[in-house]
Amino acid sequence: MKGYEVLFTGNNFLRLLSGLWVTLRISLISIGISLVLGVLLGAAMTVRNKAVKAVCKVYLEVVRIMPQLVWLFIVFFGITRSTGINLSGETAAIIVFTIWGTAETGDLVRGAFVSIPAHQYESGLALGLGKAQLYFYVILPQTVRRLTPNIINLSTRMIKTTALVSLIGVTEVLKVGKQIIDANRYDAPDAAIWVYAAIFFMYFIICFPLSVFSKKLADRSK
Amino acid sequence: MKKIKKIIAAAAAAVLALSLAACGGSGTASENSGAAESASIYRTLDDIKSSGTLKIGVFSDKNPFGYVDNNGEYQGYDVYFAKRLAEDLGTELELVPVEAASRVEFLETGKVDIILANFTVTDERAEKVDFALPYMKVALGVVSPDSAVITSADDLAGKKLIVVKGTTAETYFTENYPDVELVKFDEYNEAYSSLQDGRGDAFSTDNTEVLAWAMQNPGFTVGIESLGSIDTIAPAVSKGNETLLTWINDEITSLAGENFFHNDYDATLAPVYGDAVDKENLVVEGGIVKAE
Repeated sequence: MKGYEVLFTGNNFLRLLSGLWVTLRISLISIGISLVLGVLLGAAMTVRNKAVKAVCKVYLEVVRIMPQLVWLFIVFFGITRSTGINLSGETAAIIVFTIWGTAETGDLVRGAFVSIPAHQYESGLALGLGKAQLYFYVILPQTVRRLTPNIINLSTRMIKTTALVSLIGVTEVLKVGKQIIDANRYDAPDAAIWVYAAIFFMYFIICFPLSVFSKKLADRSK
Repeated sequence: MKKIKKIIAAAAAAVLALSLAACGGSGTASENSGAAESASIYRTLDDIKSSGTLKIGVFSDKNPFGYVDNNGEYQGYDVYFAKRLAEDLGTELELVPVEAASRVEFLETGKVDIILANFTVTDERAEKVDFALPYMKVALGVVSPDSAVITSADDLAGKKLIVVKGTTAETYFTENYPDVELVKFDEYNEAYSSLQDGRGDAFSTDNTEVLAWAMQNPGFTVGIESLGSIDTIAPAVSKGNETLLTWINDEITSLAGENFFHNDYDATLAPVYGDAVDKENLVVEGGIVKAE
């Protein structure tokens, strides 16, 4: 059997698509929640209160230092072991990716706020804008513009990192690909390149619109 | 605006404190969890029967032992046995895909009732899970390219050997051949790809596995067919799950009457191994390992 035929044998292509749906579901839900919590976290990181700052810093560093794989094991197996609560693999994955995404988004939001030069605030006030107007018309548009490329970057990273969830028994697109390659390894040893090419294309199809969308957003806020 | 900022900050801090507290809580709880709690982790034979579903962890990409075919159906030597277990218990079968590195955890947390994923019996694992009678036996094998065939483990000194994390090969070479540089992967698929790409000089895992692979991949030879002691492969259950363990053992013993595992071999392994491997060198019937 030729390598590319494997893609359309049985219901392999449908399985890849349903794997892609699992990937998308986990990453999009996590990204969505991360954005909301991340903005709150980012705002918290800019306050002067030292205790709040320290707590945020510890959270950020702990999340960054531990590999996502360790987090997956802690949440999926650790929670069951210590509390008896049996989370599904997908729920555990969403929790882990939200914990990670929130930390990273928070730091990006903080960076974007801090990067707005003081004269922007001062000029705005000098023009007679009120505080709310200042933020709405001057500061936020600039923050969003600086933030968008980074957030999209983070999102694509998160989408790709979901490949790790196969270790906790969730069959996402890459795992389906590996299953297909393995099932055909005696009949079509060169299937790997075709299956991986198909998966590459699928990741591209998800990630490319994201970057187009972010460019549109950035252009509009200019 | 400052007020709004303060409110947001307070809200964020509260969320953080909560999540940190949740983490801390689980940490201390795991230290306190004693025998009383761990006793409730697994499901006894009666629990499984009354729930109507037997959960078995299998490989989903280790052809011909446990894999998913082109129609999305689980197949293989382990799966053949898993189906029979559920049938004889009179329950539905739920197959859970597991990876080599997470097999023990799936049992320790009771996320599956049985692991039937080419699980080699070792002393270290036996401290964490309970093994039933064996249904297969293996030794380690080493496969390498024809251009530079590795024929003895001493040849490997200073060379790169590919292994899969959490397998017997990893432990064996770490303990007995510290001079060998190990290149570790999470999944079999990656390990084979990297052997083909020349990212290592050889690949070691169970001989059943490398023999089957070398047959289908011209240019590669199994230079070492049997290394280390002969290990057995057995079903595993959560530590202390006596009722389920006893039932599986009785099942394996009685299945010998119909030569079940020989039939299993003919149905799942024979098409792959052909005449390259002697059936009696792999199959264990009735849990009795015959001396070589």
